[in-house]
Amino acid sequence: MNAVLSISSLCKSFGTVKVADAISFDVPMGQSLGIIGPNGAGKTSLFNLITGTLRADSGSIKYQGIDVSTNNSATRCRAGIARSFQIPQPFTAMSVFENVLVGATQGAGLTQREAETVCLEILTQTGLVSRANDLAGALTLLERKRLELARALAANPKLLLLDEIAGGLTENECQSLVATINDIKSSGITIIWIEHIVHALLAVVDRLIVIDFGQMIADGKPKPIMNSRQVREIYMGLDADA
Amino acid sequence: MDWVNSILQGILLGGLYALFAAGLSLIFGVMRLVNIAHGDLIVLAAFLGLTITSTFGLHPLAAIIIVVPAMAVIGYLLQALILNRTLGDNILPPLLVTFGLSVLLQNGLLEIYTADPQKLNAGAISTANVALGPLYVGVQPLLMFGVSIGVIASLQWIFYRTALGRAFRATSDNAEIAQLMGLNKAHVFALAMALSMAVVAVAGIFLAMRTSFTPASGPGRLIFGFEAVIIGGLGNLWGTLAGGVILGVAQAIGAQINPGWQILAGHFAFLVVLAIRPRGLFPRVEH
Repeated sequence: MNAVLSISSLCKSFGTVKVADAISFDVPMGQSLGIIGPNGAGKTSLFNLITGTLRADSGSIKYQGIDVSTNNSATRCRAGIARSFQIPQPFTAMSVFENVLVGATQGAGLTQREAETVCLEILTQTGLVSRANDLAGALTLLERKRLELARALAANPKLLLLDEIAGGLTENECQSLVATINDIKSSGITIIWIEHIVHALLAVVDRLIVIDFGQMIADGKPKPIMNSRQVREIYMGLDADA
Repeated sequence: MDWVNSILQGILLGGLYALFAAGLSLIFGVMRLVNIAHGDLIVLAAFLGLTITSTFGLHPLAAIIIVVPAMAVIGYLLQALILNRTLGDNILPPLLVTFGLSVLLQNGLLEIYTADPQKLNAGAISTANVALGPLYVGVQPLLMFGVSIGVIASLQWIFYRTALGRAFRATSDNAEIAQLMGLNKAHVFALAMALSMAVVAVAGIFLAMRTSFTPASGPGRLIFGFEAVIIGGLGNLWGTLAGGVILGVAQAIGAQINPGWQILAGHFAFLVVLAIRPRGLFPRVEH
């Protein structure tokens, strides 16, 4: 198995709060991995550690077999790790097209002309092409979520990190977004997706990891994990005796 | 006719003030850094020009070809090695460090070049005139004004039409996100300072061709630059040009009324704009 991402004994604390407590897992090439867990469990912090926004206290993060733990986030992005944010953070004073161009010219290192072609394809794929020349600040929530996705894709990632991208959307919007993500998955990009909307997640992922208090408490096929007592107790808030 | 003439001179002088201001405006726009040493860096460029013209016997305008890249390199290193360390949530450290830099530059230049006023000799161009109807306009001020417009138009083009400009705008909007999209913040900021110092180089040479300068001339240029930026509205380069022109014209009108009122009239115009339109005459539209 060829691991795109290999995390071992990753630890990070803020004061006495452990957001990552000896987390270890590998993500094989082309896999779609879902991460669930209660709020504050350390899911987003894990993304911040993988992208380099946060530095780990100990442990290592290997990307394509190379330790990237000490690289800054720009270097990691250029190597092929891109993410979307839970709360969309577009460059509001720039057009949608320009937002995506930044990822394509800086992250993927394309020339202006190549980038323009690629960005047009990505905007078509993410359903934003009609909004290309509008200011990103004028987009609706769904469009902003789609822009998060488009920007991340423009960096030409091998590893795509999605942070609660389905949150706050209507059922229909959610379904169309899932279709887009399945599209990306079938193009061979490795995906790690943090999500509370479990049915959206289960429509895409091959594997599920559960995190609570910074610890990995389950890892395996989605169905058995969702049905396990441990997940129902901790994640769904069910009583142990129920 | 005297009035028309002096207002025209004021407009042309305003181009130079806009050059003083453009680099300042660029840096504030990209990284919210107020560069107190900006005026002294203009004077540094002027002295660099002096050394190059006297060593190689070049015309000041030819010296620009050397001074611009030299100042750009100085700007890149200044940002990468020193100023990047001062940037953060607190706006005080960059202010203090650039203030310190200002003191260092003034005293360093004093040590090397003494306090004697210097001037770059531009030769025939400095006395040449063209007839504009009943008025005679100096070729040199006209050239400087043209170059200023050219510089501002180029900066505007870089900012809104190139990948480098997108990098500036993205980093200015949200540095952390830009970083996650492959932009190295430290490098982008250093490039912005290099560009700012390239403009400063042109401003320094023009200053030195137009008037005499000493190691202590910097703070005065900084004030004119600040005033032009604030009159025009922060973050708007064409507004900065307008700000420079307004300042220049106000000074010219002041001087026409009483020669001692030139500088005061400029400051007064600035004060009036600040009181009536604190965000400047042409503030950038917020989205």
